[in-house]
Amino acid sequence: MKLTSILMTTALSVSATIAQSADLEVTHWWTSGGEAAAVTKFADAVNGQTTHNWVDGAIAGSGTTARPIIISRILGGDPMAATQLTHGRQAEELIEAGLMTDLTELAEQEGWRDIVNPPSLLDSCTYEGRIYCVPVNIHSTQWLWLSHEAFDKAGMSVPQDWYEFVAAAPKLAEAGIVPLAMGQQGWQQRIAFGALTVGLVDQDSWRKVSLERDAGVAAGPQYAKVFDAVVDARELARNSNVQDWNLATNMVITGKAGGQIMGDWAQGEFTLAEQVAGQDYTCLPGMGLNQIIDTSGDAFYFPAIDDAEVRQAQMDMASVLISKEVQVAFNLTKGSLPVRGDVDLSAANDCMKKGLAILADGNVLPSMDQAFSTDTQAQIQDLMAEFWASDMAAADAQARYAEIIADAD
Amino acid sequence: MTPAPPTGRSGHSPAARPRPPRALRNLNAKIASVPMILTALVVFMGGTAWTVAHSFTKSRLLPKWKFVGFDQYERLWSSNRWLISVENLLIYGLCSLMLTMAIGFTLAALLDRKIRFEGAFRTIFLYPFALSFVVTGLAWQWILNPDFGIQNVVRSWGWESFAFDPLNNPETVIFGVLIAGLWQGSGFVMVIMLAGLRGIDEDIWKAARVDGIGVTKTYVRVIIPMMRPVFVTALVIIASGIIKLYDLVVAQTNGGPGISSEVPAKYVINYMFEAQNLGQGFAASTMMLLSVIIILVPWAYLEFGGKKRG
Repeated sequence: MKLTSILMTTALSVSATIAQSADLEVTHWWTSGGEAAAVTKFADAVNGQTTHNWVDGAIAGSGTTARPIIISRILGGDPMAATQLTHGRQAEELIEAGLMTDLTELAEQEGWRDIVNPPSLLDSCTYEGRIYCVPVNIHSTQWLWLSHEAFDKAGMSVPQDWYEFVAAAPKLAEAGIVPLAMGQQGWQQRIAFGALTVGLVDQDSWRKVSLERDAGVAAGPQYAKVFDAVVDARELARNSNVQDWNLATNMVITGKAGGQIMGDWAQGEFTLAEQVAGQDYTCLPGMGLNQIIDTSGDAFYFPAIDDAEVRQAQMDMASVLISKEVQVAFNLTKGSLPVRGDVDLSAANDCMKKGLAILADGNVLPSMDQAFSTDTQAQIQDLMAEFWASDMAAADAQARYAEIIADAD
Repeated sequence: MTPAPPTGRSGHSPAARPRPPRALRNLNAKIASVPMILTALVVFMGGTAWTVAHSFTKSRLLPKWKFVGFDQYERLWSSNRWLISVENLLIYGLCSLMLTMAIGFTLAALLDRKIRFEGAFRTIFLYPFALSFVVTGLAWQWILNPDFGIQNVVRSWGWESFAFDPLNNPETVIFGVLIAGLWQGSGFVMVIMLAGLRGIDEDIWKAARVDGIGVTKTYVRVIIPMMRPVFVTALVIIASGIIKLYDLVVAQTNGGPGISSEVPAKYVINYMFEAQNLGQGFAASTMMLLSVIIILVPWAYLEFGGKKRG
């Protein structure tokens, strides 16, 4: 026993000395406090467990800012060694053009098919049967975050679903609290809309619209509920004058706002502020109505670089990112769910446990990134940006939405 | 050694050696201009043709030859965001064109009255032009912010009900952008105008004074018509700045609130790179090109065609 372990260590160290070290430039847009703390877990793991160096290439701004920069660098022939992208259909054409490294061999060797849960995550990385990215977390966007401090101040108990929240809003406003914190950026408004859709609409209708592009259902009564809810949300967020999502989350953390609709990455900000789920704040997946989450997430892609050493380094890095300990360390910090079902998450907090339970029950939907092309999402985003800044009626917005669905690809 | 042939450089019999054809005359100059011609044809014309051609395709992230006819244009002109963009550009363009010219000329005329410290004033007025649009946009975002800027200052003087918040109102946001644009551009126009005014012969002024014509009237009737080339130069520079208006909006409002301060150039960039729909971006940029041509052709006709007739 002892002998084998000694032999193993020597073998490892020998192979480590043989392996070439490489500098790996990694681009990502994890720049908020919680995100930055999480990404160092990855960097430490790569620096510690491989012979390679993680060269951090963080790009400030959200994905909408960073993605064009990343893609133009890849297209322009100056690729980084690895990059974060939200997987789904964004990289489809880059893969088609042969600009991404094929990870299939590594994936088969390590049995990603068996460990990645839900399997749809790996499907999003797969193009024509080959695997091109390594999923690193599951992000669901359907969460309502509620501040206990705010509801205490208004003398109310914390709502349990969206409708209770809307009903509680007048009292919050009376107490001088902004009911709903909302960053005035199109993507946040799009996410809020998507979250309300999943929360309020029954699954069948959701699938018909998002996956089968049924414009009739999108124009129908089920979706009318959503647009009424967005009108409510717009009213509740009237006095929310922040831009970035983490500033909006901060309003909830400090009790200046009653709640926020945001993805589970908001969890990272709460953790960083040393707040305790269930005690300082409450999180309601699926708006507290439908216990369903979608399974978008981040993945790392490795642009094709014609250099055997770099290729090997890319494989080493992919292997580290999906390894058990790294998955736990990263996701606990970031507030997302790990991509493998076989890890120990006893340290997970209340919110993460809610997410894991939903995941275990299989109540998952494909994400917007998986369902719609970036182009269609941009159109929905334009519509939402216009809607939130104007007095557009629910019915008009719904009609426009149905048109976008009819033309979606 | 073989003897030199009888006809040669001495050129005794020009009839025996005809002049080279027209295309080969002055060969050195022609060879020297080949790079310029190639650049013009391949980079400018070729790039434009390529873009226009691809605007009829269904290109997504990468350009592809998959023709769809006028689909991209139909979608473009039924998109609310594009219509708002065009409307905003028209408002911004007309106002900015007239106001920068007016302000620029007025400032130049005032400076030209042989005032003291002209150099200092000139520097102050030209200073904004040395800043990038991004800095200008960010600065004016703060100045127009109701909590920090003008509104706050005036209220702190005691006028509590004073309201000046153009950037957060969809109806007025484009004028907020316009203010920043004017602040940036007027000084530059002033400098061009001032150069033009300095080119006016002193005798003209003397003659006007002898004839007893007022200063304002001299400017309107005599000086401005004489400065026509200067005005044209300023016009072209301002107009090209207006069409490509992008960074100011991005820095100041990022198209918001909602989509109420969007401009065409931003639509092009967003759809080409963020929404991954090159076809749509190309269609929009083709429309921008078209609008430039529509403005440019009548002007060029007046400017160059007119002279031949006159």
